[in-house]
Amino acid sequence: MSAFKRLGEGGRLDRSKALSFTFDGARLSGYAGDTLASALLANGKLIVGRSFKYHRPRGIVAAGVEEPNALVTLGAGATQEPNSISTMIALAEGLETRSQNAWPSPRFDVMAVNSLLSPFLGAGFYYKTFMGPLKRSWMWYEPLIRNAAGLGVANPEKSSTRYDTTYGFCDVLVVGSGATGLSAALVAARAGLRVVMAEQDFAWGGGLLSQSNEALEYWRTAALAELRACPDVRLLASTTVQGIYDGEQAVLQTGPRLEILRARTIVVATGAIERPLVFPNNDRPGVMLASAVRTYLNRFALAPSSRAVVLTNNDTAYQTAFELAERGVAVTVAELRASPTGDLLAKAAQLGIAIFPRTGVADVVEEKGERLVRLAGRHSVTIGCDVLAMSGGWNPIVHLTSHTGSKPVYDEKIAAFVPGILPKGMFAAGSGAGQFGILTAIRDGERVALAALKALDVAAAKKSVDLPALREDREYAIDPVWGEASRTGKCFVDFQNDVTTMDVQSAHQEGFHSVEHLKRYTTLGMGTDQGKTSNINAIGMMAALRGLDIAATGTTTFRPPFSPLTIGAIAGRSVGAHFRPVRRSPMHRWHEQNGAVFIEAGLWKRAWYYRWAGDAPETAYIQEMQLVRSGVGIADVSTLGKIDVQGPDAGEFLNRVYVNGFAKLPVGKARYGVMLNDDGVVLDDGTTSRISEQLYYMTTTTAQAGEVMSWLEYLLQCHWTDLDVHVASLTDEWGGMAVSGPKSRQALELAFPQDDLSNETLPYMGVKDIVFDGVTVRVLRLSFSGELAYEVHCPARYATSLWEHILRAAEPLGIKPYGLEALASLRIEKGHVAGLELDHRNTLDDLGLGKLASTTKPYVGQALRFRETLQEPLRWSLVGLELLEPEKKLRGASILFAASDAIKGHGRGYVTSVTWSVELQKFIALGLYQGGLKHEGEEIIAAFPLKNEHVRLKIVSPHFIDKAGVRLHA
Amino acid sequence: MKIPCPHCGERDVSEFRYGGDASRTRPVHGSGDLKTWHDYYFTFDNPKGPHAEYWQHVLGCRQWFTLMRDTATNQVLP
Repeated sequence: MSAFKRLGEGGRLDRSKALSFTFDGARLSGYAGDTLASALLANGKLIVGRSFKYHRPRGIVAAGVEEPNALVTLGAGATQEPNSISTMIALAEGLETRSQNAWPSPRFDVMAVNSLLSPFLGAGFYYKTFMGPLKRSWMWYEPLIRNAAGLGVANPEKSSTRYDTTYGFCDVLVVGSGATGLSAALVAARAGLRVVMAEQDFAWGGGLLSQSNEALEYWRTAALAELRACPDVRLLASTTVQGIYDGEQAVLQTGPRLEILRARTIVVATGAIERPLVFPNNDRPGVMLASAVRTYLNRFALAPSSRAVVLTNNDTAYQTAFELAERGVAVTVAELRASPTGDLLAKAAQLGIAIFPRTGVADVVEEKGERLVRLAGRHSVTIGCDVLAMSGGWNPIVHLTSHTGSKPVYDEKIAAFVPGILPKGMFAAGSGAGQFGILTAIRDGERVALAALKALDVAAAKKSVDLPALREDREYAIDPVWGEASRTGKCFVDFQNDVTTMDVQSAHQEGFHSVEHLKRYTTLGMGTDQGKTSNINAIGMMAALRGLDIAATGTTTFRPPFSPLTIGAIAGRSVGAHFRPVRRSPMHRWHEQNGAVFIEAGLWKRAWYYRWAGDAPETAYIQEMQLVRSGVGIADVSTLGKIDVQGPDAGEFLNRVYVNGFAKLPVGKARYGVMLNDDGVVLDDGTTSRISEQLYYMTTTTAQAGEVMSWLEYLLQCHWTDLDVHVASLTDEWGGMAVSGPKSRQALELAFPQDDLSNETLPYMGVKDIVFDGVTVRVLRLSFSGELAYEVHCPARYATSLWEHILRAAEPLGIKPYGLEALASLRIEKGHVAGLELDHRNTLDDLGLGKLASTTKPYVGQALRFRETLQEPLRWSLVGLELLEPEKKLRGASILFAASDAIKGHGRGYVTSVTWSVELQKFIALGLYQGGLKHEGEEIIAAFPLKNEHVRLKIVSPHFIDKAGVRLHA
Repeated sequence: MKIPCPHCGERDVSEFRYGGDASRTRPVHGSGDLKTWHDYYFTFDNPKGPHAEYWQHVLGCRQWFTLMRDTATNQVLP
């Protein structure tokens, strides 16, 4: 027989709208206004899944976000979403739902054999058993174990859901639309403020939706109507405030959409969650929270078919008992205390409810299809029932108030944690703050809203919040009980993670006393529900085992998100091409249209190689290198950092930041320079040219452009405020191209026939601004490749025209573009260090640049450059490497070993950059090796463990070509 | 978390970069021995509470400035 029956009338259902949906393939129906959970109950589906570890049958426990068991997978294929909470899903036509962790079905599940093994499956079982005896055995067992335990399965396909992120601002964010939230929102709205009220449910009213009082319903409707009429009030249903961050920033989730909301003040009116009681077999389907039973009754018109048992340690569950009895359900109350308080006994008698005082539940069993509750204590009787409604008291939802670091504090009077001292601008009220009762909540909501108004320095409207015509709230009375281990059956503390009182006890015995250790040892409070129903019972039990009070035991840390959300919602549109910004050179379109294959370099898309040189990168770049070594090529170097440095003290400034001298750099000259960090380690290298008396043009590496710019600004703005210097980034404003090769001067002379670019006028490291077609073009005679070469820079919007002009003019010389791969390989032959060597760990000496540092002037990083660790003679430093085995391949990132070393561990260094040398016709590389060039001429081993390759190398000078620099000066 | 830029006003923290401890004075350029620079660069307090620090409005006006921030609450202090 079905545990619940749908009543012929009542509930917040639109019975004119029948909705059809499926659960595990079965076609079922419900009404608009149902949740998936209520519709399942109405269809007699009490068992909706199997438990995580023991595969015990599990039913719906709650009616709200705290539901630990009734998780389902929604949809299929590209929209499939696992671990959806059935109590939070609005029933919709055609909804397709499936149970999880059960095969073939929740009623009959093969893995339930785990339940028979359960004496061995306690906390830490898997790790102790499978990780200990055989090394590596965990690797083998883990997939099997993970397959047997678990929740839903993630969607393996690319999601077709459209996720998005929005940003919003308001004066007051009200979280929750129960009595407290509505009251607070009314006060803020009447004061004319911009209000956002977020409600996780699809219906408005929070706990009010579970009430059956007409005056209260009138109050709820009137409050909502007034709020809806305010233009500055946004009412967001089905919206969960998932997290609150520093600076009153809240993250709101509405399905696939996140809103980052900047609220000037936040009123947390999140309400409270009822605690389960812990007794043997308290996880049997049909055992539910008393408040949930009441919600199903009043909101969804679902009553237990004929009989219910209510188990409680506080007065609130009596409301459930009374309302059930009023609808004709036979109700028995097992009262853990000596007696309920006040007038409850009389009312119970009036309704024919039997109350057994000092009585608990010893077991719940199913016999011949009947659910039997064995009461024990003062009264030992067995009662048949459809539903066991339990109430262990109430926990204010303190998640959001804890997210920014405020610790909840334990309130003895209500036996629960309440929000602690809250940051400026945040307020908690109503049952979420431990203020139970409806009138109390309305008054408390008004109180904190007025406090929020005060914080915003806004006057309140004259009209105060009306109170509904209700009797004054009863005082909340509770005798807390937490649970203890039992021999008769499993007493579950955490339903979702299958953690029992035995597990908590064994955590205590094994010394995992702190709640954080308890959590990690038993997995209690993990999972998608994050212990909403379990944490406090476990903390209470641990406190009792340790003989401490609960306040001293403390809670685990509450972190966002409050309830499960998809990764897609967090990512929003920042996926695929929008994962991060893309930077393009001003000549990007030209490269695209002229056969370039692109590669990502940081955020930049750079031309990697061009199809004229071949279709495969490993051969194309060699063609391009050959072009530069024998003729002339042109490469886009616009990604270099370009900084304009000017002012009367610009020379002095550069002289400070570079290790080498810049004070005497003449106008019209460029100089290579290296910068250190304050710690004496190399920050970056590049060239700086003196354009005129007070104007310099600095270039940095592509990778460090932003870092260097910020660093220069830091020094000038924070420390060297006496220097009269201004720096401005030209990286995006100017484009640049390298024209390289023995024929490069001829190429430029063809391109700029009216200008004198001879070796005499523009020698190596010379710089000259020329005007071409009315545009300033800066010609710098610099070489990264080691050949006669120039860089030509100009404002970005003319860069493509200039590029095309040079290509056209120098066409008779056979000029062609070359890409990043060739650019980076040519410099290896020349022995120039680049990003792979300048990795923020190497010193000048490591890179063979020690002689560059001035001994006559101070420079940044000078003092710490000489600290002990940086002077260590066995530091890994720059070497050139030649492959000795021509039939083999040398791979980047190979690990270097001395010839006599055993090939294991981290070795004595590694290969930083490798290339095929067109000049030497062999693989060459740059690398870092212990002791560096002291080992020049030695034969060593490069190991590449991923492919189990070993090759023999020789350590050589990193300058593979033109050591004397003849070509540069040609 | 919001940071008040002295030039642009209050902006989201994502527009800024953190620049380290601002409570100590950088040795004058060219002065100071190894010990002085070591103490300046490597030894820091890690206070829970008020902390003077450098920030740059790096995705805005690029101004560097000092800020007093409570490291426990991220409140910006006067």
